[in-house]
Amino acid sequence: MITQLMPAMVKVADKEVHSPEFATLYVNQAIDFKPGQFVMVWIPGVDEKPYTISHHSPDRFGITVEAKGIFSKKAVSLGPGDKIGIRGPFGNGFNMGSDYKRVAVVAGGCGMAPLAPLVEAFQAGNGPEILLIQGARSKSFLLYPDRFTANVEICTDDGSKGYKGFVTDILVQKIKELSAACVPGFDMVYACGPEIMMAKVFDLCEAHGIPCQVSLERYMRCGFGICGACVCGHAVVCMDGPVFGSKDLRTMADFNTRALLKTGKPVPLDEYASWRCQ
Amino acid sequence: MQIIFLGKPLHTPLVLASGVLGNNKAILERVWENGCGLPTMKSIGPAPREGHKNPTVIDLGNGMINAVGLPSPGYLNMEEEWQELSGRAFPLNASIYGGSVDEFVRVAEFVAAQGPDFIELNISCPNSDKHGMLFGVNAQSSHDVVAAVKKVIDVPLIAKLTPAAPNIAGIAKACEDAGADAICAINTAGPGMIIDIESRCPVLAFKTGGLSGPMIKPIAVRCVYDIFRSVSIPIIGLGGISTGKDAIEIIMAGATLVGIGTAVRYRGINVFDKVNKEINDWLTAHDTTMEEIRGAAHREVL
Repeated sequence: MITQLMPAMVKVADKEVHSPEFATLYVNQAIDFKPGQFVMVWIPGVDEKPYTISHHSPDRFGITVEAKGIFSKKAVSLGPGDKIGIRGPFGNGFNMGSDYKRVAVVAGGCGMAPLAPLVEAFQAGNGPEILLIQGARSKSFLLYPDRFTANVEICTDDGSKGYKGFVTDILVQKIKELSAACVPGFDMVYACGPEIMMAKVFDLCEAHGIPCQVSLERYMRCGFGICGACVCGHAVVCMDGPVFGSKDLRTMADFNTRALLKTGKPVPLDEYASWRCQ
Repeated sequence: MQIIFLGKPLHTPLVLASGVLGNNKAILERVWENGCGLPTMKSIGPAPREGHKNPTVIDLGNGMINAVGLPSPGYLNMEEEWQELSGRAFPLNASIYGGSVDEFVRVAEFVAAQGPDFIELNISCPNSDKHGMLFGVNAQSSHDVVAAVKKVIDVPLIAKLTPAAPNIAGIAKACEDAGADAICAINTAGPGMIIDIESRCPVLAFKTGGLSGPMIKPIAVRCVYDIFRSVSIPIIGLGGISTGKDAIEIIMAGATLVGIGTAVRYRGINVFDKVNKEINDWLTAHDTTMEEIRGAAHREVL
């Protein structure tokens, strides 16, 4: 059984290779999970890292890994029968509200991974109308291209698929269109992607009086709010988050400015990002 | 419940254990706002250090095992943090570590000049081969490091001790003789080990780790009890304290202040407010005071 205590060793049941960079490892085990939560994934002898659950059903879940560093390259090289340790899930997950009529889900690159189960959870219930805005560097970095029946707007930095430009360009256009058509706007905007993208989504939402929730990423150790490795201003990302709403973001000193290195040293986000991609 | 500790007013008698959360000013302040009288920074070391690879912290349910491994930006690389902390409204305990007496002295002298209210010497961390516990298991080396640091700082010095010492009361006395202003006991116990039987592999990347939380409380209470009999300086008692009754117990063993660490995991960051209220409720219900119960377990039963 998978719990927040000792890692449970589980077998990789299947692997889905999305592209040279992305693969999803599936585990045939039940896990009590809310979209936006994460698990700590342990590869003995290598490392342990936090990953969101990107696919979920009552008896199976998947985690999508982008091959970037030593751990993630090892992870995407695993296949059926290989064992990994899992503990969790941790964190708060997205607040799905109870009476939302229309929401926007804004994903940048691998930020699609935590948002995908959210979209599916909304669609499984009698959920709100969803506009999914998905962006990436280029076509091959667009995760799960055929997964959703929701209304999807695609954009890429290089124009290799969809609109050439940023997710925020599309979001602001949609907000204006709804307003011009005199129909109710978005009750909530959900975003995950590069932090600068999430900060722009947040600013845009603030300017238009729309609440939003974003999912942050920081280097983590414990996963449950003790070690302090992932603090972002006053917030403990693993425990208070990783999903934070507008109210938290307004007072979160380090949001879109700083993150801690493994030593605990705070550095600008671009320096942090280049370390994380090593 | 305000308390004066080594001349400094603290709004509660509760201390945040070093190594827990204390990575930036905002989180130290949040802990203070949630009822912690004295937040402690993560241990500051002589050079940049990343700590160990994950897994580093595992919750065992009745406590944790950890080998985070003393990550630190290094004392010379913390300008931003000190600048932010200089405008703080709360008292601050700066924990430091070194690999030699010289390193302790260098770090202590520099850190003392940044204006913390206390300096805590971490001579008790089990998670590094070169630092920490090596000093705290030997009375002479504990004495040497405390005496050397005491010479170069004016801020009150707290010696943080390890339950791995064969005679912790003797170590505490050596620290007092060397000029320590207070004792903090205990650091994590063990070290211990957990092995995943499927992969046949120790779970922690460092293989061994210090134990904390409810499972070690009896060790902490015994250590504080022993130390209280051997020194006259105040004791910060910690190790598995999660509730007001736990705090009362360690105060009866001889603690003046009470530290909380792992209980943040089990009761949240506002564990400090909760424990503070529980202490007060217990004292009120028993019509007594902190002063009256301190060391009460040492008094002869009539």
